[in-house]
Amino acid sequence: MVSEISPDLVRHLGVLARIQLSDEEVERLTGELAVIVDNIAKVSEVATADVPATSHPILLENVYRPDETGDMLTVAQVLQNAPDAADDRFRVTAILGEEQ
Amino acid sequence: MSADLTRLTAAELSARLASGEVSSVEATQAHLDRIAAVDGDVHAFLHVSDHALEVAAGIDRRRAGGEALGELAGVPLAIKDVLVTTDMPSTSGSRILEGFMSPYDATVVARSRAAGLVPLGKTNMDEFAMGSSTEHSAYGPTRNPWDLDRIPGGSGGGSAAAVAAFEAPLALGSDTGGSIRQPAHVTGTVGLKPTYGGVSRFGAIALASSLDQVGPVSRTVLDSALLHDVIGGHDPHDSTSLRETWPSFAAAAREGATGQVLAGLRVGVVSELPDSGFQAGVSASFRASLALLEAHGAEIVEISAPHFEYGVAAYYLILPAEASSNLAKFDSVRFGMRVDVPGGTVEDVMAVTRDAGFGDEVKRRVILGTYALSAGYYDAYYGSAQKVRTLIQRDFDAAFERVDVIATPSAPTTAFRLGEKIDDPLQMYLNDVTTIPANLAGVPGISIPSGLAEEDGLPVGIQFLAPAREDARLYRVGAALEALLVDEWGGPLLDRAPSLRQAQGPDRQAQGPDRQAQGPDGGAR
Amino acid sequence: MAKVALMDFDEALERFEPVLGFEVHVELNTETKMFSAAGNPAHPAHHDAAPNTLVAPVDMGLPGSLPVVNETAVRYSISLGLALGCSIAPSSRFARKNYFYPDLGKNYQISQYDEPIAFDGQVEIELADGTLVEVPIERAHMEEDAGKLTHVGGATGRIQGAEYSLVDYNRAGVPLVEIVTRPIFGAEHRAPEVAKAYVAAIRDIVLALGISEARMERGNLRCDANVSLRPRTPEGEPAAPLGTRTETKNVNSMRSVERAVRYEIQRQAAILAAGGSITQETRHWHEDTGTTSPGRPKSDADDYRYFPEPDLLPVAPSTALIEELRSRLPEAPAARRRRLKAEWGFTDLEFQDVANGGLLAEVAETVAAGASPAAARKWWTGEITRVANAQGVEAASLVAPAAVAALQQLVDAGTLTDKLARQVLEGVIAGEGTPQEVVDARGLAVVSDDGALIAAIDDALAAQPDVLEKIRDGKVQAAGAVIGAVMKAMRGQADAARVRELVLERATQ
Repeated sequence: MVSEISPDLVRHLGVLARIQLSDEEVERLTGELAVIVDNIAKVSEVATADVPATSHPILLENVYRPDETGDMLTVAQVLQNAPDAADDRFRVTAILGEEQ
Repeated sequence: MSADLTRLTAAELSARLASGEVSSVEATQAHLDRIAAVDGDVHAFLHVSDHALEVAAGIDRRRAGGEALGELAGVPLAIKDVLVTTDMPSTSGSRILEGFMSPYDATVVARSRAAGLVPLGKTNMDEFAMGSSTEHSAYGPTRNPWDLDRIPGGSGGGSAAAVAAFEAPLALGSDTGGSIRQPAHVTGTVGLKPTYGGVSRFGAIALASSLDQVGPVSRTVLDSALLHDVIGGHDPHDSTSLRETWPSFAAAAREGATGQVLAGLRVGVVSELPDSGFQAGVSASFRASLALLEAHGAEIVEISAPHFEYGVAAYYLILPAEASSNLAKFDSVRFGMRVDVPGGTVEDVMAVTRDAGFGDEVKRRVILGTYALSAGYYDAYYGSAQKVRTLIQRDFDAAFERVDVIATPSAPTTAFRLGEKIDDPLQMYLNDVTTIPANLAGVPGISIPSGLAEEDGLPVGIQFLAPAREDARLYRVGAALEALLVDEWGGPLLDRAPSLRQAQGPDRQAQGPDRQAQGPDGGAR
Repeated sequence: MAKVALMDFDEALERFEPVLGFEVHVELNTETKMFSAAGNPAHPAHHDAAPNTLVAPVDMGLPGSLPVVNETAVRYSISLGLALGCSIAPSSRFARKNYFYPDLGKNYQISQYDEPIAFDGQVEIELADGTLVEVPIERAHMEEDAGKLTHVGGATGRIQGAEYSLVDYNRAGVPLVEIVTRPIFGAEHRAPEVAKAYVAAIRDIVLALGISEARMERGNLRCDANVSLRPRTPEGEPAAPLGTRTETKNVNSMRSVERAVRYEIQRQAAILAAGGSITQETRHWHEDTGTTSPGRPKSDADDYRYFPEPDLLPVAPSTALIEELRSRLPEAPAARRRRLKAEWGFTDLEFQDVANGGLLAEVAETVAAGASPAAARKWWTGEITRVANAQGVEAASLVAPAAVAALQQLVDAGTLTDKLARQVLEGVIAGEGTPQEVVDARGLAVVSDDGALIAAIDDALAAQPDVLEKIRDGKVQAAGAVIGAVMKAMRGQADAARVRELVLERATQ
């Protein structure tokens, strides 16, 4: 269950998280995370099958809003912090991957 | 006159504003002067508003015109930079959001404005609220007004230092694992984390959605209660916000100050949080406060919370997991920093930008969180942590059958030195051992000053926890103990803080809070 | 591009058994988006919104923004689940699907993972010859749509070779219901037909519920087709394991669904017969070439790290709500088909013509607007389908049923002949206005003024003086030449029968 934190794994996680890690960062993170993970792995000791998970601290359900418009930003507001924009849209450089 | 105004509590200032003795412009100017005088050393503020006086003047005009204003109208307010504001940048302590201007106000900010509070500026914090010392701010650390070589706590060190240094009577903070309560403890101030859902998170830049709460930071219990009354309550923009109407917390605090709440109050002490393992002065102060409560009719009860020891581990799985998802939006496309990569794809730009814009602690937690959620590891890590959450809630439920409040020291040590723990993340995480359980369970918690540690003369705080939705109980009990302690001390604890050097003349300009700060590792970023 | 080998379809079916699966995304037509109060571009009122004018903070992932669930979207989703014969989950949660892409406002999509709101249903579809096929539904869940990317600078407007891309977040957050089938076995030779009929059936259902505009060409209804083949095994022996499947996207019309499935079967069969293996991948359908091509290889970053959405609470519809929505379901498409067939009095073939073309709703609405079933059928399966095929679009997108009914009314009233009506239809399709407006603008009405007709008859008789003599002699058919001349002179805007009457009257004078 406890998985060895390796530089390859850290590099892979960097790709998943879209953070370009330098070799130095990979090495350092590998060491730090190994220590941290060792310490937090103990949660599985008490997390037995009969214990339900809690994802929300306070139980609520069926929280909705009516289907009425509101809350919309103007185009100027949408783009006000854009690093690059054209034609009222955000501009980005060439995309490598596919739409999902 | 100006120096006097900054020493007033918000409640005292509000009374003088209401009576017309003082104007909001005078009060605001006094605090702006104080900021100019000391913030060069303290560095509580990342941004000081350039139109605070205009806002104050507006309040004065309305009051003069006979308009009925709320109790806090005209009182200055510092705002943690995790809360978005339309008129001042919001960076969450990160370079990746440098200069970001939100097109909307956080709900708590909107409510504060509507109540007539005067925003003074945005306060410093650990980057994206990840930290316990404010050393992880991308804009340089904040320093503890009690000792400028020491940390003010984190992640909300800026807000706590601002009120401790009398730069503001009130501040807004946020608390995910202790970020309001632990800074209160190390700076001799008051801070409360509401019941989860008690205060809107809309506009609070998210760290861990199921743990974050926004709360008040002040020098007295009544002041926090007054601010909590303004910001709390249901918000349709936040699905997790509770629908009930809350009682007046200010009324609860005033009631508590009469002291009658202590007779028969059952106070639980957690055997799995042995303060004997904490710094000696912290433990001594804690025990002294308990003795004081007992002397006034409270009953101290030893309780067991066997799963609290797994709290830090569970927290450092849930938080990074949720944070890794919440921070994905910072990708150079719609706002924030963009580092160009000539000939690169947008994927390259995203990755390079995030590496440049995020600090080390943020990267550590995002990578850890990505790991905890990834295929094959979910059950062992995130899934298990959510189960520990259930167990901790059950511990609290069982405890509150036998006690009305739980008491703990707010943190294991007094303010440590800047740089002392920065290279040991795990050591840093252990600062939160007493505060984390409340966030995991969603129950409210308050920290009030309990005294000074004998060995170093630095402030110590005592934390009280109450069942979910019983925030008023914390104001009652907190106010009661505060009254007894202040009486014992002959005045507030902060009266004993060393005076800060006041920058004068030409020095004053250079020491404004907007000077370029260096990063936590000493080098320019 | 090298020519891709295709096996003959019948041969492919002889050697392999096709297995199908579909993921259909339905854009709901609520007023606002799934998790924000911004206007929904899939609602007619917001169709033509300018870029980035329908954006709330959470749609573009502004720091501090939070989602709040649209109550109507939940009701629509439950209704759809019930119409698909599904069970409704007593409690279901939203989950975050984490990945990075510029069209995502937050770099995660709020969806449902292991707790869909509806599950375990079935849809009965009817093929051309009346064969019924039951398609098993695994689940239907709620999620939000992504924004729109426009690629600039490349040759074809596609991603490859683009210089840069522009992002519009209007569509980010539009409510979607994703319907996933279980593997569909036994379609055999009719696999392509089944595919088309299934999508048509989903379209019928959502239109009948009124929860989506269901225009495939607008992206209101999107179909990803999964196809795999497995070798046939001799009788008595166990079936071969399921083959590797491909997922084909960019299928923008029902006709394309049919063609894409057919193509994939042929393509995969050729590869397998040559001893090769199928790559599990997403492929793109190309309408112009009628082929599929591989999408970009998936990066290793397709670990979506699902976890329950902490900003939202469980959806726990009460039994009372579910029963209320169930009681409001319109009749099931199969029952509706039987009823319409009886009401319209068509022959089986005539009815299949309509159903096959996916035009049941259109004909029904045209009848509701006043036309006779026969006339409605004539227009929709005749001229309108002809034009649709020529333009490569769906018939339903060309003209509104009410306009067709109005057109027929003009024919019935004698204002138009059939021939003129076809010209008017052309004008309506081109967007020139209602049938009456086109008639007026183009001056196409049948001339009903006898005086004008008589004048034209006079002219024609002057040129052919012996016609009247022939008619009086009993050769009535001689009138034809005059009628023809008059029709030509009137540019067809005369009622030929009336002209004939007048000519014969003349003959008796």
